[in-house]
Amino acid sequence: MSGKTIAEKILAKHSLSDNPITPGEIIDAKIDLIMSHFGTGKVLVDFRKIRPSKKRKVFDPEKIVVLFDHYNPAPTEKWASVHDLIRKFVRKQKIKHFYDIREGICHQVLPEKGYVRPGMLIVGGDSHTTTYGAFNAAACGLGSTDIFYAYVKGELWFKVPETIKFNVSGKLPKQVMSKDIIIKIAGDYSASVARYKSIEFTGETMKYLSIASRMTISNFSLELGAKFAFGIPDQKVVDWVKKRTSIPFELVEADKDANYEDIYQIDVSDLEPQVSCPHTVDNVKPVSELEKIKINQAFLGSCTNGRYEDMEIAAKILNGKKVHKDVRMIITPASQEVWLKMAKNGISEILIKSGAIITNPNCGACFGAHGGLLAPNEKCISSSNRNFQGRMGSPAAEVYLASPSTVAASAITGEITDPRDF
Amino acid sequence: MAFVGTDIIKDYKDELEGNVWVFPDNVDTDVISPGKYLDNLEETLKHTCESLIKEFPDKVKDGDIIVAGKNFGCGSSRETAAMILQAKGISAIVAESFARIFFRSAIARALPILEIEGICSEFNLGDIIHINIPKAEVKNKRSGKTFQGQKIHPILLDLLKEGGLEQKLIKEIKRDKE
Repeated sequence: MSGKTIAEKILAKHSLSDNPITPGEIIDAKIDLIMSHFGTGKVLVDFRKIRPSKKRKVFDPEKIVVLFDHYNPAPTEKWASVHDLIRKFVRKQKIKHFYDIREGICHQVLPEKGYVRPGMLIVGGDSHTTTYGAFNAAACGLGSTDIFYAYVKGELWFKVPETIKFNVSGKLPKQVMSKDIIIKIAGDYSASVARYKSIEFTGETMKYLSIASRMTISNFSLELGAKFAFGIPDQKVVDWVKKRTSIPFELVEADKDANYEDIYQIDVSDLEPQVSCPHTVDNVKPVSELEKIKINQAFLGSCTNGRYEDMEIAAKILNGKKVHKDVRMIITPASQEVWLKMAKNGISEILIKSGAIITNPNCGACFGAHGGLLAPNEKCISSSNRNFQGRMGSPAAEVYLASPSTVAASAITGEITDPRDF
Repeated sequence: MAFVGTDIIKDYKDELEGNVWVFPDNVDTDVISPGKYLDNLEETLKHTCESLIKEFPDKVKDGDIIVAGKNFGCGSSRETAAMILQAKGISAIVAESFARIFFRSAIARALPILEIEGICSEFNLGDIIHINIPKAEVKNKRSGKTFQGQKIHPILLDLLKEGGLEQKLIKEIKRDKE
């Protein structure tokens, strides 16, 4: 009998079924934590269908985190009303871990506040919940009906996934970031390489990457179809999480003889900055091979790349320079914590002086809801994770995905630019 | 609020027949349910999938069936994607593969889905498709060809028959009471 992957071990620990934990099996599993944002609105509507009404209770209010990040602060009266309904629901259900519009984007805030620990099984009403894999948690996104069921029962069905491994080696060249690694993987192996699978990222490169850089990789893995996206379980993870919570935890490592469906070797020593061109994330070219592409907007932010290190590298590139006169540069830190650190360390000042505008932490521009939409025929370079047609506004606009350094360099020149020249 | 209830879920039937709409690989949830209309169901109904097939929102009829390529429903966790297709009358989707969250949401909302390799190139717009869900069999009534897909896991087939996750939950709560 072969050893177990990280996904198999975490699912086995949470399983309520007698089935063996082998790929393809379906089990019921106990959930450690549920995250939901504006989608809580749909959950509370579904709650009204439960009869008798005294049965309308969440399974455990301690195991639920609710916050607002997508429409934040409420851009329309409609969303203000949805927020209002959710606030009342949260109060009634005695959900203490509620952050309203105060803290920022869910996938940044949950780890910051110490909710995410190694070995946990976490579900979220947001696809990029895979981000928590960077902290050795089995975490995946779900639709609102699945989330509703989890709210009431604290458990759900899970298919045991196949696991694939990306073994990443080599030292990243200057100005090339973890975003470039994951975009390169999307380009080489397609946006469905990890469809319904668990990914384990290993190798020397993963070890030296910061936690923030690893979060970017686990986040973007959803765009490869991943169910879970585990970073390397090492001391860096332990140290980071221990600063945020006093709840004990243990790292979960794959057995040496674990069974992988595929193992991919990636060498990043000579990696160039990469760009996902419209309208799919796997339509990838190195920056150097792009024709001259003029941009109207440069967006730095989102759950993919709105962390402090992303802001820091952008500030280094923009320091003393000006955003091109024909470019709107919109910067959205992923959380208040990130924003505060930017302010304290002079990063915000550099960015503002360069001509960029800084918004409060929210998801608005990235998913085309508010705060930075595109007109027909406009082009945007973005540090976010999706370039689908119509994603950031007009279906006739184009979104190019790249690293924060590429976004910053492009903002200065007004066209998609290789950041290694800066 | 911009949500449709589960009342648009059709009663389960082992066999379905309908007009075919052909969709390509990697149809994403932003195309089905654009972010800018998430708070406006009427607009979503008017614009769903239009950037792929312009006449789809106007011409799609109750009982129509989508035949698609790989990775259908990739992207966001927004369940409005599955919901809006149900609201438009789509009774089943046959694809070469589904993105994970869309797959789960379809099961949760009792929208029958089948995975069959290479199916997309076997159908044209307007063909009539016949589906046997438990057998995972599909027939193109124009070409006369039949295709065998991957059978739905018995646990998930039961969920489809039960009318989805919400119905299952309501039954479980009732049972707990007794």
